[in-house]
Amino acid sequence: MATLQSLLMRIVYAVILLMAVLVLNFSMMHLAPGDVADTISQSMGGADQEILDQIRADYGLDQPFLVQLGSYMGKVLRFDLGYSFFYNTPVTQLILQRLPATLLLVFTAQILALFIGVILGVISARKPNGIASHFVTILALFGYSAPVFWTGILLLIGFSLNIQLFPVAGMRDVTIEGGFWVHFVDIVRHLVLPVITLGSIFLALYSRLARATMMEVLGSDYVRTAKAKGLSEREVVYKHALKNSLSPVITLAGLQFSAVISGAVLVEAVFSWPGLGTLAFQSIIARDTPTILGILFFSALVVIIGNLLTDIALRFVDPRVGGKG
Amino acid sequence: MSEPLLKVQNLRIELSLRDGIAPVIDDLSFELGAGESISFVGESGCGKSMTALGIMGLLPEKVGRIASGTITFDGEELTTVTQKRLRAIRGNEISMIFQEPMTSLNPVYTVGEQIAEVLRAHQGLSKAAAWNNAIELLDAVRIPNAKRRVSDYPFQMSGGQRQRVMIAIALACEPKILIADEPTTALDVTVQAEIFDLLNELKRQTGTAIIMITHDMGAVAEMAERMIVMYAGRNAEQGPVEQIIDHPRHPYTKGLISCVPHIMATLNDERHELTEIAGIVPPLREFGKDRCLFASRCNMVSQQCLDKRPPEAIFGDSQRSACWHAEAV
Repeated sequence: MATLQSLLMRIVYAVILLMAVLVLNFSMMHLAPGDVADTISQSMGGADQEILDQIRADYGLDQPFLVQLGSYMGKVLRFDLGYSFFYNTPVTQLILQRLPATLLLVFTAQILALFIGVILGVISARKPNGIASHFVTILALFGYSAPVFWTGILLLIGFSLNIQLFPVAGMRDVTIEGGFWVHFVDIVRHLVLPVITLGSIFLALYSRLARATMMEVLGSDYVRTAKAKGLSEREVVYKHALKNSLSPVITLAGLQFSAVISGAVLVEAVFSWPGLGTLAFQSIIARDTPTILGILFFSALVVIIGNLLTDIALRFVDPRVGGKG
Repeated sequence: MSEPLLKVQNLRIELSLRDGIAPVIDDLSFELGAGESISFVGESGCGKSMTALGIMGLLPEKVGRIASGTITFDGEELTTVTQKRLRAIRGNEISMIFQEPMTSLNPVYTVGEQIAEVLRAHQGLSKAAAWNNAIELLDAVRIPNAKRRVSDYPFQMSGGQRQRVMIAIALACEPKILIADEPTTALDVTVQAEIFDLLNELKRQTGTAIIMITHDMGAVAEMAERMIVMYAGRNAEQGPVEQIIDHPRHPYTKGLISCVPHIMATLNDERHELTEIAGIVPPLREFGKDRCLFASRCNMVSQQCLDKRPPEAIFGDSQRSACWHAEAV
């Protein structure tokens, strides 16, 4: 009951936060010099002031700032993100076409990094001077310091060009025909390199943190109690210690959601992944304000939902979070 | 005379430290009969807890090891037994409660689960049976409204209640020996008395032998029949509690006894002085030297004490003191 109420409060806060993000984004876009009229006139090979004014009037860009903001917020509240200047399609439709590709990439990378990171952390914490432990240290150093686009390009050269194991770009091969599984395998093959690239930074973070917290937990009093109970080594480590060492890792993973989205822009650019990142990149070049705002809106939404999921996951792992007490 | 339940002979436990190897337990021997209670007394760092961890097979990995001596439990030699057999004994036939009730329970599992898992592991009880048994155990350690509290988490309980839960876990399988390592040090005085009462009552009911580790002479008098005074990893004095308190035969025991304040209704001249034992326990690298380790703090010290480790002098039928001047104390 109390849990449900506090979750509802979180959702209310999330909506307020989202509105604030919208106002801030819109104001910043307005402050930046240049607009779509410039881009259009450029692609026409130049235009005089009259045509520029005409274009601005068509898109409502001649109105005062507050009027523009008001009408934009009014539309968003009716779930209308406007019309893309550049693609001439509704922004919502445009984004919803691209969103699944980004979510697929981001969630696969996050979940794999979490899963493998925790396993590596546990193994290396149990033998702090073992091979696994040194491997984690090196991996963490490399994963965290290597720039994403560099890792991506290296992987492309290595595993797409020299050893032709994975496709170079895109998310699916349009020439392939077949049933569900054929397409599934095709997407997985395209997914491997981008996921490794994006996941490597997070894997570095999570394995390092999991190792540190696990080592601390293994030395704690309640682990000694578990041993004194005569439980097996497996129960001591995976039942009593692991659950306690998960909270910090989950918290960090939640915080990383925003970084995952921004990291995805670079990874998508390297692998021509047809996701939000590529769309954001193109619409910034084209000064396509409604599309950029729409993407920012959706990224904020994903981060907020990610944090909400983190909160729920923490409640499952640690009864001291929220809940009764 | 039948074999004692637990027989420790010439036990030596070594810790590997940066400056070398230190014998934190040096030539310790004692016996514990079934249903008996015995107390280990001494300051911090005298090796009381190490003795307990040594018996449990829980010495810190790669740092501590049993170098020589034997620990015989119920005819079985614990120093050479397999890890698997040791796990079957731990929590089942010998169990232990710790000094820190606030941190000794796992924060993310209900107290019921933490009691029930011991019963499942050692007695092979089903989930439901173990859970019902956990409720009965909580009731036995006098936690009110056990049926509801069983699904509470440790953070919802007070320190005294948590220590009761620890006792319930330790006694779940009706062990033959319960080792209590300073069970009341972290608790309020009133709660301490309740915990002692509870332990005494449970001991009467189940016939469990208790090894009580403490630095509180008052607790010894209340809980134990025999006591072992430890100093710097060595046995200083051992024997029946009353006999030792009546006439200690080691200057260290004498010092410990005169540290305990006596409450009197009126302050008068007869109130005996509270004394302290000047100085501190010697550092670990001093342990194991062939001399009396208490010499640096002793007011009866002579050249002999500095040259050779004192042998044990025997008084009456069971009081033994490792002091060159035991007769004179």
